[in-house]
Amino acid sequence: MMAVRKPPITTREYWAPGHAACAGCGPAIVMKLATKAFSEAMEEKYGDPNAFAIAHATGCMEVVSGVFPYTAWKAPWIHVAFENAGAVASGVEAAWKKLGRKGKILAIGGDGGTADIGLQALSGMLERRHNVVYLMYDNEAYMNTGIQRSSSTPYGAWTTTSPPGKYSIGEDKPKKWVALIAAAHQVPYVATASIGDPYDFYRKMKKAASVDGPAFVQVLAPCVPGWRIPPEKTVEVAKLAIETGIWPLFEIENGDFHNIKFQRFPKDGKFKKPIEDYLKLQGRFKHLFKKPEAIQELKNQVKEMWRILGKEVELP
Amino acid sequence: MPMRKVMKGNEAAAWAAKLAKPKVVAAFPITPSTLVPEKISEFVADGEMDAEFIKVESEHSAISACVGASAAGVRTFTATASQGLALMHEILFIAAGMRLPIVMAIGNRALSAPINIWNDWQDTISERDTGWIQFYAENNQEALDLILIAFKVAEDERVLLPAMVGFDAFILTHTVEPVEIPDQEVVDEFLGEYVPKHAYLDPARPITQGALGFPAHYMEARYTVWEAMENAKQVIKEAFDEFEKKFGRRYHMIEEYKTDDAEIILLTMGSLAGTLKEFVDKKREEGVKIGAAKMTVYRPFPIEELRALAKKAKVLAILEKDISFGIGGAVFADASRALVNEKEKPIMLDFIIGLGGRDVTFDQLEEVVAISKKALEGEKVEEVNWIGLRKEIL
Repeated sequence: MMAVRKPPITTREYWAPGHAACAGCGPAIVMKLATKAFSEAMEEKYGDPNAFAIAHATGCMEVVSGVFPYTAWKAPWIHVAFENAGAVASGVEAAWKKLGRKGKILAIGGDGGTADIGLQALSGMLERRHNVVYLMYDNEAYMNTGIQRSSSTPYGAWTTTSPPGKYSIGEDKPKKWVALIAAAHQVPYVATASIGDPYDFYRKMKKAASVDGPAFVQVLAPCVPGWRIPPEKTVEVAKLAIETGIWPLFEIENGDFHNIKFQRFPKDGKFKKPIEDYLKLQGRFKHLFKKPEAIQELKNQVKEMWRILGKEVELP
Repeated sequence: MPMRKVMKGNEAAAWAAKLAKPKVVAAFPITPSTLVPEKISEFVADGEMDAEFIKVESEHSAISACVGASAAGVRTFTATASQGLALMHEILFIAAGMRLPIVMAIGNRALSAPINIWNDWQDTISERDTGWIQFYAENNQEALDLILIAFKVAEDERVLLPAMVGFDAFILTHTVEPVEIPDQEVVDEFLGEYVPKHAYLDPARPITQGALGFPAHYMEARYTVWEAMENAKQVIKEAFDEFEKKFGRRYHMIEEYKTDDAEIILLTMGSLAGTLKEFVDKKREEGVKIGAAKMTVYRPFPIEELRALAKKAKVLAILEKDISFGIGGAVFADASRALVNEKEKPIMLDFIIGLGGRDVTFDQLEEVVAISKKALEGEKVEEVNWIGLRKEIL
């Protein structure tokens, strides 16, 4: 008899078809994979794959998944407001503790709901050591309200509030890395991921769900209308983000910045593909190709980001 | 046997929380309410209270954590005041809309600017449209009792709305009074276990809470909050009856004092009611036909009780520690709604008094009576009057 190979990830689904996300939506892929990974971790840890609840910040994925009287969620799910997913998750976790319920809470927010308006509630949740995984799906702008810049928008990007013009190159500040802020709370586990490497993301979500106490995962999730990419390019763009070095994959445990673990990092520190390969697929960076000095500035910022992470890199 | 202890209003609120046995408390320090979470921390530290106490990083997160806990299906309590309540504003609507019976103690305090830590009711009055039930306590005993009653009413399936209990900053929060602490077993009987059928976040029966309501559904969702608040009128009266049977103390939507033959009735809320009763006694001795009334429940607004009260008076003088700029006091506006279509109604006057902790003195109350008397004699007076203003510094 032929052995049936166990599927590499669970076939259980918590993110049902019929949600209202755009074709090719990066964050929708995040929702699907994250809940599957969570479920596997809960099965291994508590013997119950369903032992989790989701607290969701206002944002694209919240809006497309829970339009009364329909829901895309096959897990217990709550949405309260934009800036408080960390606090709501804290409350759910405390209640579960008193109810003697085993399991873990998954808080989900976009970059606006996490890096900006929800940063305080996130910090409180991490600092108080709630048994919650906070998942930040980073599409690098306020997409739900129509593509406004957030503090997680990268340098040079067009958004509706960072338009390039005579006196503007687009977004003029470097990207704020919330993963590093989260790690500074010395919580058990912090990781970055990209849907361009789904297995890496899956493993990290499982790890985050498995540790005792809080964890934070920041996953790159391209937005088709916001990044001005064709819907079939979502994963390709997310892959190029890793391959060009603009998106680092790392893990930091217990805030130990001296022992950061990297994934997909070139041994010699030399990235083979130029950042231009990543930029040119996206309409949000189109204007940069008329300003090579802006692309150089972006590269300098990426190098500096790597240096802060403890790596000297070369970007072609 | 119930125990009598001398305690501050804040301690009475903490004792009420202890007796109600919430499973989750989330709170943030703010004057004059800080002692409530402090005392609860002590109860938890000593094992006298079996609750998770989440020491949140803001009031916004306090109420958000309460929403999360309550949505997960447990009894939940918090306390705040003033700026803290204002910071919660956004989430107060959501707690009511999601039908989560959170109970909150408020040390009623003025709002900035200028920053001021003393008593008035601007904080809770400003939250009157959020869908929270509102009680106002006259003394520390009432603060304790009304918190227990608030849980009872909020968790009733005909209601399922959050409730706040206000007690005046410093006048009650920091003033010691004798308070009877009811027996735990009787409180347990009175409140029962909270086992919600609509909010649980249970993996065994997953539901979606807090979904988006399109125009096709939003209005009906809001209407159910209106209905629940209407139902609360009856449920509160039932709770008052049961409370009296179990604990021997009687509460009324509006409590009247020497109103039967009164020409002038002074209506207020909170601790000012105590002052008014004493003042009424003094004026009665002088032969003035005057009475007082205390509104214990402000939301739902006791429309029927107010109409009954109004029938007894020739002048209904409303004394309130709040101001809605551009119209007058909020209680005055609400009372006007209650009486607008009544065939016979008294002259209604509004007195803005005691804002930001300004002491309400008998001299000020004399001014209220003087204006009321003028109106009674047919003289034209202002409808909205600021009492006790220091005109010399204006």
